[in-house]
Parts: sequence; structure tokens; C-alpha cells
Amino acid sequence: MTGRRGGRPLVPAYLSTGGVARPSRPHVERLTVLARDGTPLPAGLPAAELALLELLSGGALTVVEAAALLRLPFSAVRVLAADLVDRDLVQARAPIPPAERFDPDLLKRVADGLRALKHQ
Amino acid sequence: MASAPSSTSELPRAGGTHLPDDARDLVKILVTGPFGVGKTTLIDSVSEIRPLHTEEHLTEASVPVDDLDGVREKETTTVAIDFGRISLPGGIVLYLFGTPGQERFRTLWDDISYGALGALVLVDSRRIDASFDVLGLVEETGLPYAVAFNAFPDAPSHYTGEQLRTALDLQPGTPMVTCDARDGHSSVDALLALVQHLIDDRPAEAR
Repeated sequence: MTGRRGGRPLVPAYLSTGGVARPSRPHVERLTVLARDGTPLPAGLPAAELALLELLSGGALTVVEAAALLRLPFSAVRVLAADLVDRDLVQARAPIPPAERFDPDLLKRVADGLRALKHQ
Repeated sequence: MASAPSSTSELPRAGGTHLPDDARDLVKILVTGPFGVGKTTLIDSVSEIRPLHTEEHLTEASVPVDDLDGVREKETTTVAIDFGRISLPGGIVLYLFGTPGQERFRTLWDDISYGALGALVLVDSRRIDASFDVLGLVEETGLPYAVAFNAFPDAPSHYTGEQLRTALDLQPGTPMVTCDARDGHSSVDALLALVQHLIDDRPAEAR
């Protein structure tokens, strides 16, 4: 087993969530999309939450990408994200909009997209 | 982590860190197989971002039994889960998750495979038996899959497709392709074989 590739995280994982182990929202998954609106940041946010908000100020990211970029475990960022969503500082949306979840053409669109990739 | 050999046929790596503005449907495919089979190499060959990884907790008990027999030039084993991203036309973003498929990773597997379209199982034909565990787990969890033999330069070429199919005990309908995980176009072809299988295999009423 190896340690983290490249440097130490800013905040140890077990401290980053303030000791909370489970997200307040059950449906925050790896590919849940997190985005910020322009709401000013309240003062006194914990460092890990602030780091996540700063990351999102550049654009939307999935939870799993945010975790990788912050070098925190997915399980920790899931907790942080759920907390920020609860406080309306971050918007979360499902990986696929509910109306399109059972779109029978989705797989076909994935196949077409992969074929197009080869001709770029 | 050993870095992937430079690709002979690179796809453009155009992605920024953040999601493209038109990203609408985010889908996921698992790339699985035994340690050292080339999961990260395949993901790297097609991802628009440098593959990222998250640290995942494993129990200490699994550490001493990681099987490195026959694996050369793989300097480390790791419980980091590598993943990559491909933005496709039409607002689809495809994520590839390199997922270890051994039974002791079952909880992690269940978590990562949640919502996945299917799995691409990478097999090293020099050590086919190393894939039995993975195939068992994939079948047990019911995720549709395709098998891709990663073409290592010294892989035995004398096996016929039927021999390999029999050795892996695959269903007749399970796609079996050969790919070079270092080559982006070849990796895309392997992914296409899987996605086409998912389309063909869909229950008639869902089409």
C-alpha cells in the first residue's frame, strides 16, 4: 500500500468533517454535481468546507472529483457537501436529470459519442 | 504509481478541471480486473483530464495478500481508486472508474458500481486465472459486462477465442475483444463493444 501520491492534505481526513461520519443527505453519490451560486461566503467556515467552496468557485464538479482535488476521502467530502447543501451554500444535482433517467436513447447517445471521439 | 507508457495513438486531452457548461447526463462505466492488468493505463488513454484518484479505506487484513505474482514493472499496489472523464457530444459526460474486482473489495465495489451502466473487465491472457475472482464478483453483482484482453507484447497468441471463452467460462453473448490499453482509439473500441452489448442486451420493452 502506498501513501498519498504527492504531498500531505491540508486537513487530516478525520478532522475535515468535524467528526461527522455520515452525510445528512443520503443521496449524495460520487457523481452528484456540486455547484456554487454567487452567495457570499459566511465568515468562520471550517477550513475543509472553505477549500471545497473555493474549488467550486471555478465551476461545477462532481463530489468524487472534488474529493480527488482536495486529497480527501470521498466519504469525507460527501459529508462536507451535504452540510453545505443543507446551508444553501452549494447546489447539488443528480448525475442524470430525473426526467431523463430512463431515457431509452441514453446508451445510444453514449455509443454515438464514443464513435465521434474517434474521429476528432 | 507507475506512469502509463506514452500512447501511440493519443486522443486529445482537452478537458479543463471543471465540468463543461453543457454537462447534463453523467454516466459511469467500471473498468475492472486484477492488479496490474492495465486499468489505469486504459483510463489514462481516453480521459480528457489526467486521471484523478480518491483514497479508499481498506481493512488492514487485505494488505499482505495482494497478489503480485507475474506482475512486472508495477511498483506499487494501492487502494486509491483512479478515475477519468470523457465529455461526449450532446452533454454526456462518461466517467471511468478503475475498480479492483476482488471479493475482499466487495463493499467498495457495491458503492462504486451504484448507478453504473456496466463494466469492462480487463484480462491479462498470461495469467487468466487472476481474473476468475473478478468475473465471479461481476456476475454476482449482476452488472452487465464485456471482456477485453489487454494485448501485452509477450501475451500468448496461440489461444483461440473459443479457448479463451471456455477458460473464462463466459456466456456465448458476452463480448470478448482484444485491446491495447495504451492506445486511446483501441480503448474506445473496447468501451464501444461494451456499450453496444448494453444496447443489444436491453429487454425488448425498454427499447
